[in-house]
Amino acid sequence: MKLVIRNGRVVDPKNGIDKRLDILVENGKIVKIGEPTQFRPGDVTRSTVTIDATGKMATPGLIDMHTHLREPGREDEETIASGTRAAARGGFTSICCMPNTQPVIDSVSGVKFILTTAAQEGVVNVYPIGSITKGQKGEELAEIGKMRIAGIVGISDDGKPVMNAQIMRRALEYAKMFNLTVISHCEDLNLSLGGVMNEGFISTVLGLQGIPKQAEEIMVARDIALAELTGGKLHLAHITTRGSVDLIRQAKKKRIRVTCETAPHYFSLSEEDVQGYNTNTKINPPLRTKDDIKALCEGLADGTIDCIASDHAPHLDVEKDLEYNMASFGIIGLETVVPLVLTNLVRKKILGLSEAIAKLTVNPADILGLEKGSLSIGSDADLTIIDLELKKKIGKEFISQSKNSPFIGEELSGFPVATIVAGKVVMEDGKLV
Amino acid sequence: MQLRHKDLLGLEYLDKEEINLILETARPFKDLFTRSVKKVPPLRGKTVVLLFYEPSTRTRTSFELAAKRLSADVLNISASTSSVAKGESLIDTAKTLEAMKADFVVIRHSMAGAPHILASKIGASIVNAGDGTHEHPTQGLLDMFTIWERKGKLSGLKVAIVGDILHSRVARSNIWGLNKMGAKVYVVGPATLIPPRIEDMGVRVYYDLDDIIGELDVINVLRIQIERQKENLFPSLREYNEIFGITEERLKRAKEDLLVMHPGPMNRGIEISSSVADSSRSAITEQVTNGVAVRMAVLYLLAGGDSRGVRK
Repeated sequence: MKLVIRNGRVVDPKNGIDKRLDILVENGKIVKIGEPTQFRPGDVTRSTVTIDATGKMATPGLIDMHTHLREPGREDEETIASGTRAAARGGFTSICCMPNTQPVIDSVSGVKFILTTAAQEGVVNVYPIGSITKGQKGEELAEIGKMRIAGIVGISDDGKPVMNAQIMRRALEYAKMFNLTVISHCEDLNLSLGGVMNEGFISTVLGLQGIPKQAEEIMVARDIALAELTGGKLHLAHITTRGSVDLIRQAKKKRIRVTCETAPHYFSLSEEDVQGYNTNTKINPPLRTKDDIKALCEGLADGTIDCIASDHAPHLDVEKDLEYNMASFGIIGLETVVPLVLTNLVRKKILGLSEAIAKLTVNPADILGLEKGSLSIGSDADLTIIDLELKKKIGKEFISQSKNSPFIGEELSGFPVATIVAGKVVMEDGKLV
Repeated sequence: MQLRHKDLLGLEYLDKEEINLILETARPFKDLFTRSVKKVPPLRGKTVVLLFYEPSTRTRTSFELAAKRLSADVLNISASTSSVAKGESLIDTAKTLEAMKADFVVIRHSMAGAPHILASKIGASIVNAGDGTHEHPTQGLLDMFTIWERKGKLSGLKVAIVGDILHSRVARSNIWGLNKMGAKVYVVGPATLIPPRIEDMGVRVYYDLDDIIGELDVINVLRIQIERQKENLFPSLREYNEIFGITEERLKRAKEDLLVMHPGPMNRGIEISSSVADSSRSAITEQVTNGVAVRMAVLYLLAGGDSRGVRK
């Protein structure tokens, strides 16, 4: 089976390509990329499926390294089936799912469940992340080696920090053997206890308990110190503050093995959006200040921040249509990452197109050791086609089972129009195929 | 002149003219209390629901009396007896009240923003009777009314709010209101109980009341809650009393006509001594009387009333 993507602007950061080219796919692999003149008569035949990408951009399939699929345990919020479909609509061909399900993915059986279900019901690639500690309790290491053999690509207690520095140290040391990245949710729980938004003037005025930036930064500093101590591979999830960006920038200068991500809501919204008590602004870590947004943009631009991830966290209306204090933390993101990156970073010239795509493809692939994220000849034909000019108002028509997005009603520019997984078109014009 | 909004969610959202209007309107209502018949007809046929998710005697009875003296029908719903205990969400409760055609919902809730949720979901006028640590606008108004009556003005006065500012909705409403009316506001309390960046609300922070006691025209004393000690916000009540308690001794350096207020209920002997609370300086019982008049003014104005009567 052959597929050709014609006349698109091919942006492949890994291979330094940004040019109008044709891409030929055969048997799920990329077999040729070049000018139309470089194609031989036999390359494209009458049976070849053609996608006309004129005026659009073709990139390596996007990778979300931070997704909550909720299955097993909270299939009312999201399932592997619905979450992978939301991913496909959002332009993602690979997603990494966090282990804070019920039960926690802390053993081989859990990993196998995710992989088996994803193979049967999923429409994009699913890479499980295992927990660092059993039950994410922060007390005993989970069977990291066995889970690695079963197919995890990283470990994390995401949703919670590993509060005990000794256990975090051991995790970083132990995971080194398997070349596994330890993904840290940076939050000092004693400092953040009871907080529901960023601590500052707005929290004071709204009468909501604040979470100081230092609750994140203290743990960023601690984990960097532990990465230095152990030589382990550390990745810091959902970074939100100027202080964190500064710490990571310094650590990288010292050649400590640390990488990090932020999520689109952290550079698109600020604590000021909490005014009016819209619970779709309740996220952990919380939305920060305009100055933090500036720092995140600087960090994205200078490479301190390696990746952009959705932190897709589905919750039902009944968990969100509540008093601010009572509402669950988290928002969905898979279906809004691309337009937010293009509207708020690329159009504002904070990132070039290729830089932005790198943070959604090759960078997460490198951090987790996935053989994905490029259009190299012979690699899996995972591709995303994006219409940079398409303008849409975000409505409630998410494919995700949950609708908890603070971006409903916003007009954004630049949306994925096709998602191709292993040579198979799974999404076209916003609709699942 | 009328109020601009259908709801009273906080003093943050009112302007100086609206606050003035409420205070001016409260005055004739207060005069009414000296008559043998204390009831007037403007809200006849209107329904006022008092939806209280937190125990409250003072505020609830004050609103009830205010509504009744305006001839409204009053329905009391309190958390202990209502469907809240059965787990009904605030939004469903709101829809129920909407279906019953309530004209006013007066809500007291332990969580900030609860009145905003109601206001966005139903057409009735929502009056915030205290939401978490956010605002308590009618308390702010009655405090200002009390000061205005005693001092004849608000502009230029120096007012200190003393105690647990962090958890105080009364403090926030007072700060918004007093600032808009041109008073100078100080907050005084343990550093652990001063909320972050409160200065940006236009107040000055002091940790030692004695530094400013001589200049003050008004001191508004807040209730200190013993539970805060368990959160390590201060070490002991006796230490709090020694450093922040309002006593005759401390007031020796104060102006002769310093006005002392307290929103109640008081912890006598902790944040305020009995002798101060019962002295001629104290306006504490008068605040209660004024509360009814101010709440009458609020309900009356939200119903569309002006100096000539209710028109809608």
